[in-house]
Amino acid sequence: MAEAHLSPRAIPDRLQSRGNRLLKSWESLLLVVAVLVFTINSFASPYFLDPWNLSDATFNFTEKAMIAFAMALVIIAGEIDLSVASIIALSSTAMGLAVSFGFDTPMLVVVGLGTGVLCGAINGLLITGLGLPSIVVTIGTMSLFRGLSFIILGDKAFTGYPASFAYFGQGYVWWVFSFELVLFAVFAVIYSVLLHKTNFGRAVYAIGNNQTAALFSGVRVGRVKFILFLLTGLMAGIASICLTSRLGSTRPSIALGVELEVVTMVVLGGVSILGGSGTVPGVVLAAFIMGMVTFGFGLLNVPGIVMSIFVGVLLISVIALPILWARARRRVAH
Amino acid sequence: MKILKALMVTTAVSLALMAGTAHAENKKIALVVKALGIGFFEAANKGAQEAAKELGDVEIIYTGPTSTTAEGQIEVINSLVAQKVDAIAISANDKDALVPALKKAMDRGIKVISWDSGVAPEGRLMHLNPSSNPLIGNMIIKLAADYLPDGGDVAVLSASATATNQNTWIEEMKKVQGNYKGINVVATVYGDDLADKSYRETQGLIQSYPNLKAIIAPTSVGIVAAAQAVEDAGKVGQINVTGLGLPSEMAGHVKAGSSKSFAIWNPIDLGYSATMIAYDLIGGAEAKPSAELKMGRMGTVKLDDNNEGAMADPFVYDAKNVEEFAKIF
Repeated sequence: MAEAHLSPRAIPDRLQSRGNRLLKSWESLLLVVAVLVFTINSFASPYFLDPWNLSDATFNFTEKAMIAFAMALVIIAGEIDLSVASIIALSSTAMGLAVSFGFDTPMLVVVGLGTGVLCGAINGLLITGLGLPSIVVTIGTMSLFRGLSFIILGDKAFTGYPASFAYFGQGYVWWVFSFELVLFAVFAVIYSVLLHKTNFGRAVYAIGNNQTAALFSGVRVGRVKFILFLLTGLMAGIASICLTSRLGSTRPSIALGVELEVVTMVVLGGVSILGGSGTVPGVVLAAFIMGMVTFGFGLLNVPGIVMSIFVGVLLISVIALPILWARARRRVAH
Repeated sequence: MKILKALMVTTAVSLALMAGTAHAENKKIALVVKALGIGFFEAANKGAQEAAKELGDVEIIYTGPTSTTAEGQIEVINSLVAQKVDAIAISANDKDALVPALKKAMDRGIKVISWDSGVAPEGRLMHLNPSSNPLIGNMIIKLAADYLPDGGDVAVLSASATATNQNTWIEEMKKVQGNYKGINVVATVYGDDLADKSYRETQGLIQSYPNLKAIIAPTSVGIVAAAQAVEDAGKVGQINVTGLGLPSEMAGHVKAGSSKSFAIWNPIDLGYSATMIAYDLIGGAEAKPSAELKMGRMGTVKLDDNNEGAMADPFVYDAKNVEEFAKIF
């Protein structure tokens, strides 16, 4: 009898079972919302369930979502990058300049990506090198990068991109699957693996939860942060290539205000604005929801301002709900 | 579950309602504007609704982004393409960036025209300008002559000496000057579209030409400054200020008497004409150089080599209608 007590007992390595946690997670709630949005849209408009229409609708979010993946990592690490939209503008302007010097598509891609990475490096150096707060630095570079575009372009526009350049924003890989949509899917996988399956990802969470502790645990905080800002710069460069290709032209006002939509997507995806928690699949779902809601409202010709109100309410509830939920549970426990 | 059920019921009901109102053969014409909530465009929508009423089998979709961005308009265009509208009439935020999206719309059989603010030729079938340079040139001198049956000295207060628009209009005005007997253009001065400089230039005109009967300012900044200067100099009744201006800025001066009338495009007519042209194109009319398209009560528009056309004379505003339009733009 005594032996029974001594026999090894399974000690749980997590507080909730995997299934239970998945059910209660933010991501599953988002999934329910996504399905709901999809269902309501299909009932509300006869045009919604058309493969080509849905394919067109994905352009609403693919470019922003690609940046949102990198932004999610930055926010999880407790920082923010508000200069991404301006990086799109500067990247696009650089590509336009390259066109006017007679470069062809491969070189344009190099210029676009290069400008993005360079801008990211400037942000990263200012933040990690000088130890300045990222919100201040990126508000500054937000004006700086777009200002440069305005100086170069004024009220003019770069047009005349080569025909082959149109593929990135207007081409289709297979059937209704656009190049942008495929790229979005590829990056969703890459960033999921990077955040959830690598040491780098663990370091990002560690920094977001307690930077000092992370530092004393041997995490190279400065280097990780620098890489994160390089990544947002790079993703902004990629988004810039897609958007410029889709528009077939560059104006300094390109992608105005996109940074807030990207941050909205990230926060809606369940990433804590205070850092430390969040997942890439959550951001993917949030991107889908925002894209489908925008498209659904568009099909019903609901004025865009209603969409803004909707997103605003959604965002506040996203931040308020977990707090209210925790409070309610505490009250029950007492 | 209850909420879901309620949602299902409401969507089903609204679907049934929509099916009831939407007529199968109704033609859907989308009026896409730079941004919602701008008086000028709300007025254009009024005109489009008027055209739809007149035509009978047209449903107007008045839409646009919340801010004046090309990206916002592309999202709107995509959702209109998805709804399979028959025509899109757009005032563009960007003449180039909208081309790929509008090309796609045209590929799917949608008639695309631009109005007010144009799209590059490859992105539309035709563009409707509110007016044309010769019509504007003629109108500004006619406005002065209307109140000078016996003729008299007239001066021009322009924007800058290098402003292309104003120079063209003044040139066109001088071409038709002979048609207005006794009207004598004594000077052209430049206020650079700055309120204070325009004001001082007007004071100079008043002092240099004691017999001055009218000032023509083909600029919305100049006309306001000139009217103010005339009022301050106590010359109301002697010198009439006219030209191109905005009703909201000019209403006070019309009331004060320093300006008897002025002109600018009428957004209501513009929305009306764009709708009529779109309808004509849906009906099979072809947009090609020197083609004539129907615009209902506004007559017809003749297209030039760029498939652009001018709607009409600038619309004249005076004491009778300026208050009403001042609320719009």
